[in-house]
Amino acid sequence: MPPNARAEAIPEGDGLVVTLGGDWRITQPLPSWRKVRGSQQPCAVRIRAVGLERWDSSLVRFVYEVQDWCRGANATCDASALPETVRLLVGQLDEAQKKRLVSDHSRNLLTTVGLIATELLHQIRDLASFVGECTLSAIGLIRRPGRFRWRDCIYEMQQCGAMAVPIVSLSSFLVGLTLAYTGAIILRQFGGDIWVADIVGLSTLREMGAVMTGVVLAGRTGAAFAAQLGNMKAGEEIDALETLGIAPVDFLVLPRLVALTLMTPLLTMYANCLGIFGGMVVSASVLSIPPNAYWIETQSILDLSDVSVSLIKSVVFGMLIAIAGCLRGLQAERSAAGVGRAATSAVVTSILLLIVADAVFAVLFNVLGI
Amino acid sequence: MNGNQETAAQTPGPGIAPVAIGVDGLECRYGDEVVLTGVSFSVQAGELFFVIGGSGCGKTTLLRHLIGLMKPTRGSVSYFGENFTDAGLVERRNLLKTFGVLYQSAALWSSMTLRENVALPLEQYTALDRRERDEIVSLKLAQVGLAGFEDYFPSELSGGMRKRAGLARALALDPRIVFFDEPSAGLDPVTSRKLDELVLQIRETLGTTMVIVSHELASIFALADRVIMLDHEARGIIAEGRPRELAAANDDPRVREFMTRGEEKV
Repeated sequence: MPPNARAEAIPEGDGLVVTLGGDWRITQPLPSWRKVRGSQQPCAVRIRAVGLERWDSSLVRFVYEVQDWCRGANATCDASALPETVRLLVGQLDEAQKKRLVSDHSRNLLTTVGLIATELLHQIRDLASFVGECTLSAIGLIRRPGRFRWRDCIYEMQQCGAMAVPIVSLSSFLVGLTLAYTGAIILRQFGGDIWVADIVGLSTLREMGAVMTGVVLAGRTGAAFAAQLGNMKAGEEIDALETLGIAPVDFLVLPRLVALTLMTPLLTMYANCLGIFGGMVVSASVLSIPPNAYWIETQSILDLSDVSVSLIKSVVFGMLIAIAGCLRGLQAERSAAGVGRAATSAVVTSILLLIVADAVFAVLFNVLGI
Repeated sequence: MNGNQETAAQTPGPGIAPVAIGVDGLECRYGDEVVLTGVSFSVQAGELFFVIGGSGCGKTTLLRHLIGLMKPTRGSVSYFGENFTDAGLVERRNLLKTFGVLYQSAALWSSMTLRENVALPLEQYTALDRRERDEIVSLKLAQVGLAGFEDYFPSELSGGMRKRAGLARALALDPRIVFFDEPSAGLDPVTSRKLDELVLQIRETLGTTMVIVSHELASIFALADRVIMLDHEARGIIAEGRPRELAAANDDPRVREFMTRGEEKV
């Protein structure tokens, strides 16, 4: 191993002679000017190199620190005995320290509030115009169905529909199971065990089936849409479409929107069945209600309006998730971090829209008496 | 970087420059497909060495093997006599400090400012405190002509500036070798020439060994001490030497065609 970097200070009259030597490597232990100087307050510092082997930026920085200290202490600094390249680099560092371009990323509270408010307005406007674009594009599709990218649409259907079956199965079955357990706690006290079927059936069809499917799809498909489109934007693929005169909404958004709007109701119906099945399993095993009694009770409480409620909700949820995912993807910044933010934002937006829409439906169905 | 060692490198006589990079019988594959085979060459310390060849000849693949992003199926790479290919974890980590890489797209971390980009290797490998690190960052950015841009994000810079910032990051630990992957890609001729000048200037002040993967003839003639030319069909080196000699007097028509942009009738 070569000797480590050395820096020694020897007093010379009122001044100090600093001798630098050894092997200066930034990744190795280095001398510090504070320790080398100790408590001395020299009027002049002379820096020289004796037995200096390899050196790098660490030496340049050390010399700069000595010079900087001398400036502060009104001492003279003579580094003329050092190699020319060292002096040149010290000069560059000195210049660079004086030159500071301002790129201020800090903000005060008022600016932040203002920016958030403007941003919120922009987001609402973007969402509205995006929904408008999608509507126009859908009208175009009805006029000329031949131009629709069916192959992409079928691929997306497979991705967001068939591939989501396992996770939707698990989550809806478990939700049905949990609902049955929760209902059983109260109903048992009144000897009304059989009404567990009513609670599970109604809450699954009217609420939990569509919402759980929506949440799963928001996390799974919404994020995927945003990441795909965001990556395409970063790679200038969206720009390439636009310069060819192809609207990204027609080419990328509509197939995904159609796919998710068709698949969400199917998945929701499937989730409803599994939720009811989950309730049936708990009733049979814990409450000793035979499955056919459970099924007859379920049939008696549910009618077509409950199925319609579930279907209507799921179609709207599917659209909202697709719109949020695609919009966030198209808005993504052109960087890795931007794509990540787009995916996160897609999930947050989807779930937020989903909850708001669910609340609107609750009020609406109540008013309409459905 | 370094003064004395590089001075030695430029001085003829007993202090002949040590071999910075030794490549011995390297074979590179993608799955079953052999891209390069039997590649052997060495680069002297302080040398400006170019790896050239047409598109798809394996230049970038060779570079990825040299810097350890891919493992060769046969052969070895060594830095200053130390085997890099078969090095253990600790040795490998030490050898990684020997070289810096400027990637084709600069590969700056987009969520970090230039200061944070250049400071990351320093935080990882040195015991410098924050102020000291900042001073080194300023020096490195000044060396590439970006003094004062510490607090800018990569997205706020032009392509050429990003390349220079990428070079500042590659130089952060004062590596003895710097690899460049297509440094002129995506740059206009003037910016590209300025980058070439910067490469020369850094070699002069720091004496760094430079290995540049490129097919830019202007840069090759302006900078290269020595080049090796790779060929897709031959799956290896088809020529080695000084660029002007290769252009003027190589027997292989493929080499002359490349070096003269196919303008000379071969």
